[in-house]
Amino acid sequence: MALYSETVMDHFQHPRNVGKMEDADGIGEVGNAKCGDIMRMYIKVRDGIITDVSFITFGCGSAIASSSMATEMIKGKPIEEALELSNKAVAQALDGLPAHKLHCSVLAEEAVRAAVKDYYDKNGIAYDPAMFGGDCAECHLNQE
Amino acid sequence: MYVYADNAATTQVSRRAAEAMLPYFTEVYGNASSLHTPGQRAMEALQAAREAVAKAINADHKEIYFTGGGSEADNQAIISGAMMGARQGKKHIISTAFEHHAVLHTLDKLKKQGFEVTLLPVHENGVVTPEDVAAAIREDTALVTVMFVNNEIGTIQPIADIARVCHEKGVLMHTDAVQAVGHIPVDVKALDVDMLSMAAHKFHGPKGVGALYARKGIAVVNVIEGGQQERGKRGGTENIPGIVGMAAAIGEATEHLEDDMKYVTGLRERLIEELSKIPHSRLNGDREKRVPGTVNFCFEGIEGESLLLWLDAKGVAASSGSACTSGSLDPSHVLLALGLPHEVAHGSLRLSLSVYNTPEEIEHIIQAVPEVVDYLRGMSPVWDELERGERPHLI
Repeated sequence: MALYSETVMDHFQHPRNVGKMEDADGIGEVGNAKCGDIMRMYIKVRDGIITDVSFITFGCGSAIASSSMATEMIKGKPIEEALELSNKAVAQALDGLPAHKLHCSVLAEEAVRAAVKDYYDKNGIAYDPAMFGGDCAECHLNQE
Repeated sequence: MYVYADNAATTQVSRRAAEAMLPYFTEVYGNASSLHTPGQRAMEALQAAREAVAKAINADHKEIYFTGGGSEADNQAIISGAMMGARQGKKHIISTAFEHHAVLHTLDKLKKQGFEVTLLPVHENGVVTPEDVAAAIREDTALVTVMFVNNEIGTIQPIADIARVCHEKGVLMHTDAVQAVGHIPVDVKALDVDMLSMAAHKFHGPKGVGALYARKGIAVVNVIEGGQQERGKRGGTENIPGIVGMAAAIGEATEHLEDDMKYVTGLRERLIEELSKIPHSRLNGDREKRVPGTVNFCFEGIEGESLLLWLDAKGVAASSGSACTSGSLDPSHVLLALGLPHEVAHGSLRLSLSVYNTPEEIEHIIQAVPEVVDYLRGMSPVWDELERGERPHLI
């Protein structure tokens, strides 16, 4: 379908790292069912490195593809690098998203951050709360 | 196998309609307003088509105005009704919450011009009652416009009863019959409506052509100004091939209507029977009062756009009222009007059949849909929460 790039369709039809993770070190969930998309991201962390990552997503084609691409982009990376993952980078890696679907890449960025925050919270790792400002609800409100 | 099950969006042009159109592109291409022989032959074709369309809905040929499609006919009908009312100081219009946007957006425009609009509820079964209409009619009500068949869920509205209620109180009645003509019997005299809209491409005619029925005595207002075409009510050189195709298609559809309805209803019933077996699914709209071909389901825990993309990959063309397919953040206004929560409305699927679908194709759909629903639920955090009892099932 012309709506999406081939890369989006590839990640939609063959999502990478999909599924729940039973022994995750951090779990982040963003979005809400009312708006039509929820992403849940699981990470496993060893020595500050994201050694494994997986996701489950309720949402449209671009939401699923964005989740899949984000997991590939942070797998094996230090946490600090994962926190720098931007929605733009996700959208670019997907060879672009239609304008009204860009919020899906924002959700992917936020899901990664939420998973890291959960990992920090569970392990008593101190962080600057300002690092984790803004969530999906705001994103949707801004769009409306 | 690839199955086209999106006939409420548009249909394939029938062979008979396509063949009827062909000579009017390359042989009889005159302008129907011209005095010379080629022009007069085009005029004859136009007149024959007008008579055929009129006959199909039991109207007089003078009551048929060809338009550029169903949306234009809706615009023209509503504006005409509104202007007739306004001349008597009546500036109130009644419609329903689940009309097509061609109606709703025309009403929005009239609101800006000082009209008041009441949108009636459509109840959980997607059917408006004549009692609701009667209760909403006021001294200053100019027009009631209620769709004959809803485009998303396929429910049939009691148009004859609503028209009776309107006329008892001296109110004009229009129906958007775009999803009805060619699918169920439509007789403007039996219905006693004042105006009715239709679109050729919904009944195996070409796109870009429709018609407005306006009974004698209705002061039709132009939406497109121009020459003296359509008795001065619709400017622009007539689309003769399109109009001829529309006439051929409506003739074909009405000739076989009873048999086709029976056949397509049989296909639909098989779909409903099997898709209802999917856990936490819901058939939207009244079980009985529905057009033969349209089925609309919600599946909890999944989102409609990904469902459509997967069905397309598996060889089924369908549609959905999910927000992601509409380009907005809200799911379909039709499903919300039924009272469905947003999260359920996002997981909707419309399958709309035609006489060209085969029983084998229905079996293909019946196999593909549960597979895709299962797969998407398997990767859905919403379904995960539903399954673990962290979120209550809504359907």
